[in-house]
Amino acid sequence: MALSEVKRKERIDRPIKVHSDDMYVLASFKTMLYLAGPRIFPALTLLIIPLLVPSVYTVRVVIASCVIAMLAMNFDFLLHSVGLVSLGGALFFGLGAYTAGSLNYYYGINPYITMPMGTLIGAAIATLLLLPCLPLRGIYFALVTLIFPLFFSKIIEATLILGGTDGLIGIKSMVEGFPHPFDLWIEAYLIISATLLTLFTLRRIYRCTDLGLVLNAIKDNDQAVKASGINITLYKALAVFIAALPSSFAGAYVTHLYNWVGLSHWSLDYSILPIAASVVGGMGTIAGPMLGSFILVPLAEYLREFGSLRVAFYAMALVAFIVLWPEGIINWLSRKYHQLERWVKV
Amino acid sequence: MLDALIYGLINGLILALITAGFTLCYSVSRLPNFAHGALYILAGLVAWTLFNSLGLNYVLSVFCSLISTAFIGAAIYWLLVMRVRGMEASEIIVTFAVALLMMEVLRYLGFVGPKFTLPVFVSGSIDILGVTVDYHRWVIVALTAALMLFLWFFTHNTKVGLALRAIAQDERAAMMLGIDSDLVASLSLAFGSALAALAAIIVLPLGAITVETGYSVLIMAVAVAILGGLGSMGGTFIAALLLGFSQQFAMKLVGPQYSMVVFMAAIVLVLIIKPSGIFGKTKELEERV
Amino acid sequence: MSSQLILEVIGLSKSFGGVKAVDGVSFKVRKGEVFGIIGPNGSGKTTLINTITGFVKPDKGKVIFKGVDITGKPPHEIAGMGIARTFQTARPFLRLPAYKNPVVPLYSSRARKMFLGRYGDRDHVALDLLEEVGFERDSLTPYKPAGTLPHGYLKRLELARCLALKPEVIITDEVFSGLSAAEVASIMPLLEKLNMSGITLIMIEHRLRELFRLAERVMVLEYGVKIAEGTPSEVVGNERVKEAYMGTEVM
Repeated sequence: MALSEVKRKERIDRPIKVHSDDMYVLASFKTMLYLAGPRIFPALTLLIIPLLVPSVYTVRVVIASCVIAMLAMNFDFLLHSVGLVSLGGALFFGLGAYTAGSLNYYYGINPYITMPMGTLIGAAIATLLLLPCLPLRGIYFALVTLIFPLFFSKIIEATLILGGTDGLIGIKSMVEGFPHPFDLWIEAYLIISATLLTLFTLRRIYRCTDLGLVLNAIKDNDQAVKASGINITLYKALAVFIAALPSSFAGAYVTHLYNWVGLSHWSLDYSILPIAASVVGGMGTIAGPMLGSFILVPLAEYLREFGSLRVAFYAMALVAFIVLWPEGIINWLSRKYHQLERWVKV
Repeated sequence: MLDALIYGLINGLILALITAGFTLCYSVSRLPNFAHGALYILAGLVAWTLFNSLGLNYVLSVFCSLISTAFIGAAIYWLLVMRVRGMEASEIIVTFAVALLMMEVLRYLGFVGPKFTLPVFVSGSIDILGVTVDYHRWVIVALTAALMLFLWFFTHNTKVGLALRAIAQDERAAMMLGIDSDLVASLSLAFGSALAALAAIIVLPLGAITVETGYSVLIMAVAVAILGGLGSMGGTFIAALLLGFSQQFAMKLVGPQYSMVVFMAAIVLVLIIKPSGIFGKTKELEERV
Repeated sequence: MSSQLILEVIGLSKSFGGVKAVDGVSFKVRKGEVFGIIGPNGSGKTTLINTITGFVKPDKGKVIFKGVDITGKPPHEIAGMGIARTFQTARPFLRLPAYKNPVVPLYSSRARKMFLGRYGDRDHVALDLLEEVGFERDSLTPYKPAGTLPHGYLKRLELARCLALKPEVIITDEVFSGLSAAEVASIMPLLEKLNMSGITLIMIEHRLRELFRLAERVMVLEYGVKIAEGTPSEVVGNERVKEAYMGTEVM
């Protein structure tokens, strides 16, 4: 056995990463750019696109990506900080959509009030529905989130309440009365800012706040947390509620975007695509799912001709990534960005 | 009233049959097989293709369908699930994604529509006490009862069956006795898939094979399993009967569109009152003590 | 040490499937004493503790803490009333730095009440707690991720986590296990100190020699049944106890 030939891969931090650790990042522009760059540039790009490329089609794709990004971040936050698998982004989405839609349809309330209300109420209803599952094993949560949207859909279809099979049509648009291109910009910037806000807030909650600390501890060792006198279910419920807000908002927003809410808002698309986006983009980082959404949704646009095969495509991407490349794109990128790899002799 | 009772019973048994595969898999290997519904219709379509397009003998088609579905189930385990075994979140996601993949591809390939039906075993119907029930439904009752008895016998009296029950009760102890966890898991997934296929062959003749059925089957199996207690075959059986009756009564008393509401209400009630289900052990609830 | 009862367990029973893990166990613990629970493996000690602290619901029996019936209450409520416990496999919050570990209990409502005033800076309170259990204040140790600490420190961390609740009772589940003789020798004064400050200690232990130096009274369990209770010397001389540990064969 040729011992001298054995090599292993060594990873060390790049010099610039070491330089930018802690306070020393302020020492030079280069280090500040190193850290701020990956955060600021994508955000800036996102903010500028609607202005730079005024094509309605492009903006719509961006909007669609943002909507899915909200759902994907919801999924990732629940998985990463609480350890719960949510197979039903559609649940939060549909509840937000129908709440906002109904408020406007039946009571004529202004979209700029129904959207926040739809967000809050939708998230609250979802949390209440999921409350019994929280003390139980993770699989119950997964099962319930999966079937509830399908249930709601079937019930609405069968009992014909809330518009039944046709849905509620003629819902007021959020940009009624605004001239082009302002209407497009308002729609776009509303969702873009919501997405960026969600991104930064969720990340902050996870890393810097009390809630994040306790949730992290719960995920690590929930018995110890219980023995520390903390009511776990309460914290989990809080996390579910917070995570549900972006998705419910997405639902409420879409209702006023297309001026319609119907059964398709409960569709599995809204459950599976966010999961696929999270897996592809890289779970556990909140930013990964966002990246994944911006990759998958434009791709999905190209696949539009294939009809329902789209969903098969997401499913395939999901399976492929989770089995072959579980860390996801963003973790891989981040590793390359922060660390050097080289082969060293053992 | 009587027809509601009879149909309730039949309905309940159908539910029990459909759920059996899902529960078996979970009780033995703690593996939530979200591909259950997809495997169900896949089995039906395989049988249909063999029987109609290739003109094979019916019995042979059924047999091939059962074997191939079991095979596919095991393959899913070896190729995909095994790699993410232990991370419950990933297991759920992977089986769910596979299910979607299968069902949507089938939908795309055009396996939708009323022409996709499997033949009933016996045609015609019979009148009992003023209630008309077709023969096939009686066949279902008989077969399901026979299957349940067989499963009971199998898991209580044969070596393999007892081993499966042992593993279901305590996986670590079983492993220490030299039972290979991966092999058992793939076997249980194969068995569960075969049961799903069997259920498909028996139940699908009642209607056409549609992709929507795949989703419905998953929902129903999950609902029954939660009500009966995840992992308890006996509980599943009782829960299936309960739900079957409730569904029929709800449909009769309130209206046919309320069948799904029964499921949803049942789940919500169970989760609030006794989350482990009728026969589930409370130990199953918490991750570990 | 007063003769006031702080914990009373009456006829506690718990079965898992067909196995009786705990069968009709009763005992009393006085305020401020050190009470030991010993017994061969599988005698139900951990199950007993899980039942008392609410992690497992008993089939029969009662647990009375300071005159209040706490049977079947959820764990966080019982902890909130003043009973803290350690776990047999010391699992701290691995990814958090060591000093953040006791911060978690500081978010409980009990800690909020107990640490009124000092509550502003949880990190500081946590660092103080760590110092109390023997971490060197000015070293880097508290800042390392908990998963990288040696075993002796992990046990201390568990105790710090308990202290964050300002408990009246601390139940330790084999706190000496996995420690070297030197580590045990250094953790004993800590336990003594805690007891001196008024905390009642209930200790499940296998290391009898060390336990008997601390414990005033000891209870012996075998297969879920209490077979003896008394001072260490009484228990050591008990024939039944010897049988339980050694088996019935004459050596």
